[in-house]
Amino acid sequence: MSAVTLTDIVKRFGNFTAVHRMSLDIPDGSFVTLLGPSGCGKTTTLRMIAGLLDPTEGDISIKGRRINDVPIYKRNLGLVFQNYALFPHKTVAENVAFGLKYRKVPREEARRRVAEALELVQLPHLGERYPRELSGGQQQRVALARAIVIEPDVLLLDEPLSALDANLRENMRVELKNIQSRIGVTSVFVTHDQSEALAMSDTIVVMSEGRVEQIGAPEEVYNTPASEFVAQFLGASNILPAQALGIEGGELGLELPGFPRLAVPASRAPDVQKSGPAKLVIRAEKLVLESPDSEANGRYSVPAIVETVDYQGQSARYFLRVGDQQLQAINMIDQRPFSQGEAVALRFRARDCAALPVDPAP
Amino acid sequence: MSIEAREARQPWILLSPALTAVTLLLFVPLMFIVVYSFWLRSAVGADTMGFHIDNWQRALTDPFYRYILWNTLKIAAITTVLCALLGYPAAYFIARSRGNKLVLLVLLMLPFWISYIIRTMSWINILGTSGALNSALMSLGITSEPIRMLYNEYTVILGLVHFLLPFMVLNVFVSLDGIDTNLEDAANSLGATKWQAFTEVTLPLSLPGLAAGALLCFVLAAGTYITPLILGGPRDAMFANLVYEAIITQLNWPMGSALSLLLLFVLGLLVLVYNRYLGMSQLTKGLG
Repeated sequence: MSAVTLTDIVKRFGNFTAVHRMSLDIPDGSFVTLLGPSGCGKTTTLRMIAGLLDPTEGDISIKGRRINDVPIYKRNLGLVFQNYALFPHKTVAENVAFGLKYRKVPREEARRRVAEALELVQLPHLGERYPRELSGGQQQRVALARAIVIEPDVLLLDEPLSALDANLRENMRVELKNIQSRIGVTSVFVTHDQSEALAMSDTIVVMSEGRVEQIGAPEEVYNTPASEFVAQFLGASNILPAQALGIEGGELGLELPGFPRLAVPASRAPDVQKSGPAKLVIRAEKLVLESPDSEANGRYSVPAIVETVDYQGQSARYFLRVGDQQLQAINMIDQRPFSQGEAVALRFRARDCAALPVDPAP
Repeated sequence: MSIEAREARQPWILLSPALTAVTLLLFVPLMFIVVYSFWLRSAVGADTMGFHIDNWQRALTDPFYRYILWNTLKIAAITTVLCALLGYPAAYFIARSRGNKLVLLVLLMLPFWISYIIRTMSWINILGTSGALNSALMSLGITSEPIRMLYNEYTVILGLVHFLLPFMVLNVFVSLDGIDTNLEDAANSLGATKWQAFTEVTLPLSLPGLAAGALLCFVLAAGTYITPLILGGPRDAMFANLVYEAIITQLNWPMGSALSLLLLFVLGLLVLVYNRYLGMSQLTKGLG
C-alpha cells in the first residue's frame, strides 16, 4: 500500500511555477529521497506533503486518504528541519514530549515513550538538559526523537544533515538510516547531496527546475541516468556528442570522433532507437588509464593525453584530451599517478557506456 | 608602555567623552538635587542650607503625595497593559510580514518626527467641545450638545498610549523577529493548532521583549508631566506634576528635589526588580 501519493501536483508562487505537475507514489515503509540542486522544488514538495504549503493543483493522499484540506496539526507527520527547530525554552524531554501532549497520551506512558525515543537516538541521559547545552549532532538527534515519538505516518526530513560538519554528517547518515529501518517508518528525505541520497535511499527522485528528471533505485539512477541532467548531477560523467547508427542485434552502434565504433547494449540506451545525433555518457570512474603499450583485453581503447592531474591521495582525477574534446577520469592510484603530458590509453567496456537522445522528450 | 597596558587603557580612552558627559550632565546635577532635598525653603526667599529631613518626612507621610504616587503608578500600569494588548498584535504582524518590514517600521517611527507636545495637543482638536469628533456627532444629529470628553483620567491614558505604543511595538517586534519561524511549523506538525503553537512556543519566547517594552512604557508613563498637564483635569495630576508644581510654581526647590528623588527611587526599584528577573540585556536589545 502507498503511504504517500502525489497526483499531478502543481505549485505556483505568483508567476513562478515551483513544481510542475509532479506525480509520485511512495510505498509504505520505504525511504524516498528528493534530490536536486537548490531551487529545484524538492523542499516545496516536502512542505506541501507536510501541509505547510497548499498545492495550487493536484491531490496529496496519505495512507489512501486525500489530505489537501487537512490542516498540518491533524496530519500526524514527523518533521525534521535543517536547523533542528527545537524549542529553546523547553528541556530535551519536554521537546520530545511536545507531540504526545496533543495526543492526550497518559503521563506515565508519555514518560516511557520519551525515554524510549531518547534511547533510540542514543541520548538517554540528556532529558533534563536544554537544547542550547547540546552539540549540533545531539540537537538533531533530539529533533529526530521528537518527530518519531508520535509514531508518525510519514517522517519528513528537510536536509537534516546539512548543518552538521562533514565527519559527523557521515556518521549521522548511517545512524539515521538504521533508526529508520528499525522502526520502519515511511520517510521522505530532501537533500542536495548526492552521496547522502545514494547511501540512504530505497528510491531517489531526481528533480530539476520543478520537474522530476528520474525516479529509480540508487544504482539505477546512478548507472542509467535518464537525462543529461541526472548524469551530470550524480557523480562525474563525460557526455559526448555522437552519431547513433541504429540498433542491431541488441546493440546500438555509436560513432564519434577520436573513438572506435562503439556497440552499446540497447538496454543502456532505452531512449535512442533510431539513427541520428545522440549523446554518449561514460562515468569518470569507468574510464581506466593504462599505458599505451598494455593489452586492451577486449575493452575499447582510445589514445589520450593527460592535461591536468588532480591528486587526491588514494585516487586521482585526470583531465584528458581526446582529439578536440576534454574528458574526465577518476582512477584509484597504484604507486604513482600518470603525469601531465603523458600519452595514455583510455580503456572502457561497452556495458559502461550509455546513450541519451540529444533532445530528451519533454 | 607595554602593549598590555596600552590595550587595557584603550577602552577607557574610548569611553572618556561619554563618561565626561554623563558625569557633568547627569551625575553632578543629580548630586545637587540630593543636597537640595535636605535644605529648607524659608519665607524670605533664600533657602536654608543644612541637613533637614523635613522635606523627606513630608514627602513620605503626606497622604496627598501618597495618593498621587499611587495614582501615578496606577495610570502607568493601565497604560502599560493597554500598550501591551494593542502593541503585541501589531508587532506580530510586522514581524511575520514578508518583505515590507522596513516600510512598516518606518511608518511606526514616523510619529517621532513630530513633537510629543504637538502630538498630545492634537487630541484637543479631536476630542474638544468644538473638536472633530463632537462636530461630526452634532452634524450627524446624534447629539445636539457637545459631549465633554477631554480633561479626565481616560484622556490622560489615551495620550500616554498614543505616545508610548511605538516603544512597545518596537521591543516586541525585535523579540518576535528573532524567533525562528520553523518553531511554529514544528509545533504545528506535532499536533498543536496555530493558537496552541502561539501560546506554547511564540508567546513564551517573546516574553523578554514584552517585558522590556512594558518596563520602558511604565517608567516613561510614570515620569510624565506633559500629558496630564495638557489632557488631564485638575484632579488628574501625576507625580511629576507635583515636582513641576513645587519647582516652577511654588519655587520650593528643596521640596521639588525630595519629590523627584522619591519618584526616581520608586522607578529605580522597579528597574532593579526587572533586572533581577529578566536582565538588562533585553532592554538594550530592544533599543538597538
